[in-house]
Amino acid sequence: MARVRAVKALSVPRRDAWEKVTGRARYAVDAALPNMAHAAVVRSERAHAYITSIDRAEAEAAPGVIAVVTAGDLGDLGLRFGHIVPDHAILAVDKVRYYGEPVAAVVAETPHQAADAAEMVWVDYDDLPALTDAATALASDVLIHEQSYASEGEKFLDVAPGASADNAAHRGELAWGDAEAALASAATVVETTTTFPLVYGYAMETYNALADWQPGSLHVVSTAQHPLMVRKELARMFSLPLAAVRVEVPYIGGGYGSKSYTKLEPLAAAASWAAGRPVKVTTDVEGAMYTTRADGARVTVRTGFDADARITARDINILFDTGAYADNSPLVLTKSINRSFGPYRMPNLRIRGVAAYTNTSPASSYRGFGAPQAALAGELNMDMAADRLGIDPVELRRRNLLAPGDTLIPGKRPLDADLAADLDAVVKALDGHAAVPDAAASAVASADDHDVSGQARSKAGVRRGRAVALTASDAGASPNSTAQVRMHADGSVTLLVSSTEMGQGSRTALAQIAARELCVPLDAVAVGQSDTRFTPFEWTTGASRTTTVVGLAVQAACADLWDALRARAAESVGVPVGDVVVHGGRLHLDADISDTVGGSGAGERGARVADFASVVKGSGSGLAPAEVIRRWFGADAGEVVGVGVIRRAGATEVLPPFWEIGAVGVEVSVDTATGEVTVEHLVTVGDVGHAVNPELVKGQDLGAATQGLGIALWEEMVYDGEQLTNPNLVEYRVPRLRDTPRRITSVLAERGDGAGPYGAKGAGEGALNPVPAAVAAAVGRAVGVWPTELPLTPPRVWSLLQQAQQ
Amino acid sequence: MLVPIRLTVAELLRDRLRLTGTKVSCEMQVCGVCTVLVDGNPVSSCTTLACDLDGTEVLTVEGLARGRDLHPVQDAFMAANTLQCGYCTPGFIMMTVALLDAYPDADHHDVREWMDGNLCRCTGYAPIETAVTVAADRMRAESPENEL
Repeated sequence: MARVRAVKALSVPRRDAWEKVTGRARYAVDAALPNMAHAAVVRSERAHAYITSIDRAEAEAAPGVIAVVTAGDLGDLGLRFGHIVPDHAILAVDKVRYYGEPVAAVVAETPHQAADAAEMVWVDYDDLPALTDAATALASDVLIHEQSYASEGEKFLDVAPGASADNAAHRGELAWGDAEAALASAATVVETTTTFPLVYGYAMETYNALADWQPGSLHVVSTAQHPLMVRKELARMFSLPLAAVRVEVPYIGGGYGSKSYTKLEPLAAAASWAAGRPVKVTTDVEGAMYTTRADGARVTVRTGFDADARITARDINILFDTGAYADNSPLVLTKSINRSFGPYRMPNLRIRGVAAYTNTSPASSYRGFGAPQAALAGELNMDMAADRLGIDPVELRRRNLLAPGDTLIPGKRPLDADLAADLDAVVKALDGHAAVPDAAASAVASADDHDVSGQARSKAGVRRGRAVALTASDAGASPNSTAQVRMHADGSVTLLVSSTEMGQGSRTALAQIAARELCVPLDAVAVGQSDTRFTPFEWTTGASRTTTVVGLAVQAACADLWDALRARAAESVGVPVGDVVVHGGRLHLDADISDTVGGSGAGERGARVADFASVVKGSGSGLAPAEVIRRWFGADAGEVVGVGVIRRAGATEVLPPFWEIGAVGVEVSVDTATGEVTVEHLVTVGDVGHAVNPELVKGQDLGAATQGLGIALWEEMVYDGEQLTNPNLVEYRVPRLRDTPRRITSVLAERGDGAGPYGAKGAGEGALNPVPAAVAAAVGRAVGVWPTELPLTPPRVWSLLQQAQQ
Repeated sequence: MLVPIRLTVAELLRDRLRLTGTKVSCEMQVCGVCTVLVDGNPVSSCTTLACDLDGTEVLTVEGLARGRDLHPVQDAFMAANTLQCGYCTPGFIMMTVALLDAYPDADHHDVREWMDGNLCRCTGYAPIETAVTVAADRMRAESPENEL
């Protein structure tokens, strides 16, 4: 392998900045093909009902309409998708399971014509009871899925879905010791139940897909985070070899997990198949909210403590509202279980989880993947326990934290992080700008009595609260990555991976790794976009895995490339490959040999070696890779290719590839007259092992934490009966610029303790995971009553304030 | 140019003229990604009819650079780590241009007031706020009045 100079992190600018500030960057939604038609989706107006008839005559006669497509028109295509449980029909078959479910697609020459005609498809329903709440659905005899689509014995990673007699999409469990006995004998038991809202990832580029079906091939351009997963499902549904399905993912406008796995691609492909034309489908925000949301959760945590405030046991119950189709929720539930007991020592543990089907929008992955849901209860529980035990909440955490190398879950990777040091960093930053004491709150209010919007702040009083929260997540997903580096005749390289660039900066960070390994300038590394026809296999772009797992694949590819260059250097002059070494980005004849061949004129081999040595000596510092390529091909042309593969072996044999740490602190102020919460200070500690590009990591942390603030304070999909009442960005409120915390402290902890390149671990989810919990605890401290439900909108906080007065 | 009466400015730009730098997201004037300047004023192109703009001048993100030279606002957005996915970037840039054209002396409060109508889901906004301030400073430094 190439020797690398002292590892130095560089906050180089993003490589996509120029094309993104000039409007030239090509996103999935910008893709077009010749002769492209457009599809509009006819969506269910019932939450749970049998379809009794679909009258399409009027739509078919409308101007520009090419085809009206229903499930009955799809011939022998596979009708359902779902990478864990194939329960999800492209278009509803006989029955609809949520308001907004696709029932038909209308393909027309223009988007307007398609949308107009979609209004002319008349669907009659025979209503069934709508089960829009997880607990109700689990208790009900009415089945949302009358049959199981799970294949016994088939597993997706650790998840083995089985048939269920009720509305459970999946059940999971994790236990050791005897939690019940330990709780019974604990000195103190603290119980917390929280409700985590239904949230929508709101990637600003909404789901879209362009599909071009032709006999024997299918080409899709879409917003997929995991193009290889989508390829697999499309190949199965269309009975095509994997090689015949091409999924291309240009830049996409945000993902955050919400674009994981298969979404609109089968619908676009089926429409293309039916219409005989390339077909584009784009959802609006409402359609996106009907496509995927995150799992809502009701979580109960009971923790037992001994007389020294050490945890003796935890008993945790997780109930997910998974919506109408399983999508990735069985895996999200499994992860939520693994992530629910926090980075604390657990002598005894019992966790039970159920993901319940309901008649609501299907839930799946969203940044953090079950961790925020569980941490809300678990970390709030630690704060409640600290109060009960009369201990500082930071001290209570310190007393129970796992140390580096400790086991979180038997059989999994030992903890590769120093959480105590991370916690110290959070506390230090919070203390550095400590709250003005409550006694002076009214003085604070008047000194700062106009916020930036110019609105007068309440004089009635401001209360402050601060809290810390920690999480440890088994991240990195499955190590199954291939990277290819192609070195050209001038020594520059093209790096090919199927990681999706959705804003996280993967093309920049991976180019930095390749440049470092190959000792070439960053400008000499080009990175291609994901395109399954050309770029090599990648499991997923998720679980904060790219820098770590794909980074390792890039390193391996670069090492393979150096081997290939050594072999070609040796071959071109006839020395054994073992005589050629790589040093400082160049190829040299091994020093020992070049010393001994200097005066040797004996024999043919000696002459060739002398020739190579003289070449080496002539250049003074060995051969540059470009010289090797040109000599080997005998022309100023050609290329040498290196391939790197990461699988469950070596450094990535033990899962998870890394534990992703969340370590945050918040200080909030609460306006006692209005219940409005202001985030005064946000502290994130990015425990990333090594930051390949520190500015990009900090960007991930602030972005993730801001999404966490959104969940904590504003975001919630509200169902009123069968129907989502706020399917738009006016009533579904996401963080805005004026919501930004008044002070932001972003710290990176680089201890080189990760399995990734240069000791790197992942970032991207960690800074979201504990934020909702931290905000809930801080508001609880400010108000004097612990919140049990997010988001903490002014009416909810105002109610808490009223409770506090009683 | 003849356009159907229902065609929005965003559709005209993106679908007819293939100027895809202008993006669309919320389609109800709250996210700002579709912002273009009509005779210098910021307008949501997703909810403005193309036919209503007859005779006006429309400036999009594609029209900001002078050849290879970027507009100072584009430079500032490049330099300050303001973007991740970049989908909101054209809208933010156009809104910043509108702000600084109208109020060259815009202060911190003006920036927060104007930019509150543009959503970003990736960055947490702080770097964008910095970039707008940097661009304002630079444009003031470079303005002809300061060269007198």
